[in-house]
Amino acid sequence: MIRLENIRKTFNPGTINEKLALDGISLTLKDSEFVTVIGGNGAGKSTMLNALAGVWPVDAGRIWIDDIDVTGLPEYKRAKYLGRVFQDPMTGTASDMEIEENLALAARRGQKRGLGWGITKAEKEEYRQKLSQLGLGLENRMTAKVGLLSGGQRQALTLLMATLQKPRALLLDEHTAALDPKTAQKVLEATDRVVQENHLTTLMITHNMRDAIEHGERLIMLSDGKIILDISGEEKKHLTVEDLLHKFEEASGQEFANDQAILS
Amino acid sequence: MTYNFLYFLEAIPGDVAQGIIWGIMALGVFVTYRILNFADLTVDGSFATGGATAVVLIIHGVPAPVAVLAAFGVGLLAGLCTGLLHTLLGIPDILSGILMQIALYSVNLNIMGMANVAVSVNKFHLVLSSRYINMAILVSLCFAAAVMIVLYWYFGTEQGSAIRATGNNPAMSRAQGINIGAMKVIALAFSNGLVAMAGGLIAQYQGFADINMGRGSIVIGLAAVIIGEVLGNAFFRKGMNFMIRMLFVIIGSIIYYIVIGFVLWLRMPTDDLKLFTAIIVAVFLAIPYLKDKAGHSFRASARKGAGK
Repeated sequence: MIRLENIRKTFNPGTINEKLALDGISLTLKDSEFVTVIGGNGAGKSTMLNALAGVWPVDAGRIWIDDIDVTGLPEYKRAKYLGRVFQDPMTGTASDMEIEENLALAARRGQKRGLGWGITKAEKEEYRQKLSQLGLGLENRMTAKVGLLSGGQRQALTLLMATLQKPRALLLDEHTAALDPKTAQKVLEATDRVVQENHLTTLMITHNMRDAIEHGERLIMLSDGKIILDISGEEKKHLTVEDLLHKFEEASGQEFANDQAILS
Repeated sequence: MTYNFLYFLEAIPGDVAQGIIWGIMALGVFVTYRILNFADLTVDGSFATGGATAVVLIIHGVPAPVAVLAAFGVGLLAGLCTGLLHTLLGIPDILSGILMQIALYSVNLNIMGMANVAVSVNKFHLVLSSRYINMAILVSLCFAAAVMIVLYWYFGTEQGSAIRATGNNPAMSRAQGINIGAMKVIALAFSNGLVAMAGGLIAQYQGFADINMGRGSIVIGLAAVIIGEVLGNAFFRKGMNFMIRMLFVIIGSIIYYIVIGFVLWLRMPTDDLKLFTAIIVAVFLAIPYLKDKAGHSFRASARKGAGK
């Protein structure tokens, strides 16, 4: 279970660029709940995810992962509980290191890194199998540098890395936004599969309304650092893009000014 | 005044010995500059710290091999300080190196009590000396080999891999639960340990430690790393494994000292050596960039586009 309690965050306080990014966000994710997050630019979607991941300390509020209060833990200590995939395919992997080395790094997330071998024979076999399940042929290129992979391949690899050790929550920050539509579809399918197989508690940000509707069992919409919409169950199943646009206008009193979200 | 080529050839074994010892220092630079992606200028100070420590200990009766280990230890501490300046106090990487470098100048003077201290091979059992060049080559090769084996092992371990990841992608490393501050401190300490150890060896080789012996080390280290890379890439087009990359750092250092030996033979004034070194390093740093640019510069595409 993930619980955000009245989270507040202001960037550049006291300057002309002051921006209230999270305005008292409260959100509870039940175990193995798959939630999609949608909202316009600057609504606070990524900020909410970063607050949970511990990229910086929040100004107010508490964050719980299961029964652990992680509010005071830095990013690298929270990493133990969280699997993450980023918008930029370059962010999630070490490009000068081999595919299998990246996987080995991820397999040790949250563990003490001592003077044992960075990767063992048994692991390599395990990774080969898991890579073959991705269906991208990466199992035959395990010693290739990750920098040689395409964006889609890197995102698929990052997804595998995030789930190699079952995380308490999987955080996906527009992880298909930088991919072409066909590749994005493939990565989304892989995401659905991984989430279902492992019963992962998942938070997926997307700017694509259709994706937000088609994936997951609950949808939340952010605007100006607040959750303005929270739909789940039957209501979510029958949701259409038009409904969503209408609800957005209703809730926020403004038009959804993001062509990309509407048209794609 | 005639140029007798034999003199140049006779000097080569000495150049090789120096090249190997400085190559150990260059491996330290390789760890920070290439693996950690941190241009660490501490080395100009820590190299002399190593030399000063080793020499002072030896003239106080400490066995030379122990003195070399002690040099490694003080280098470790120097690197630790640089790492803490950077991670705990948030001082940018280059600046924390510069601060430590200048601080070490005073430390080195205090260790020696004066600007230079001699250690004669006649009076003490040294690990190596320019008096016995073949032996010096052998001993320095053993040191270099031991260092390379340790580095090869270490960077294959979980912790070593975490350091490589930190240098390669800090954001990813944090997301994978790596304490990147701690990794930087460890790598900086280790690197300066190697640099100081090389300083301890050079001081014995030349028979004295000097307050200025480390000046320009970072540039010599970079020269070795980059000459080695340019050559290695020419020989191994498919890419080098870690051991071969380190081997080419040592080779790069040896080549650098042979070239220096050559220009000295041409009677270039020693005052101009540093300028010459800077030019060599600038040229080798520029080669990969210019080579890349030659293929696809704006001018080239304009030419192709015009169909000429």
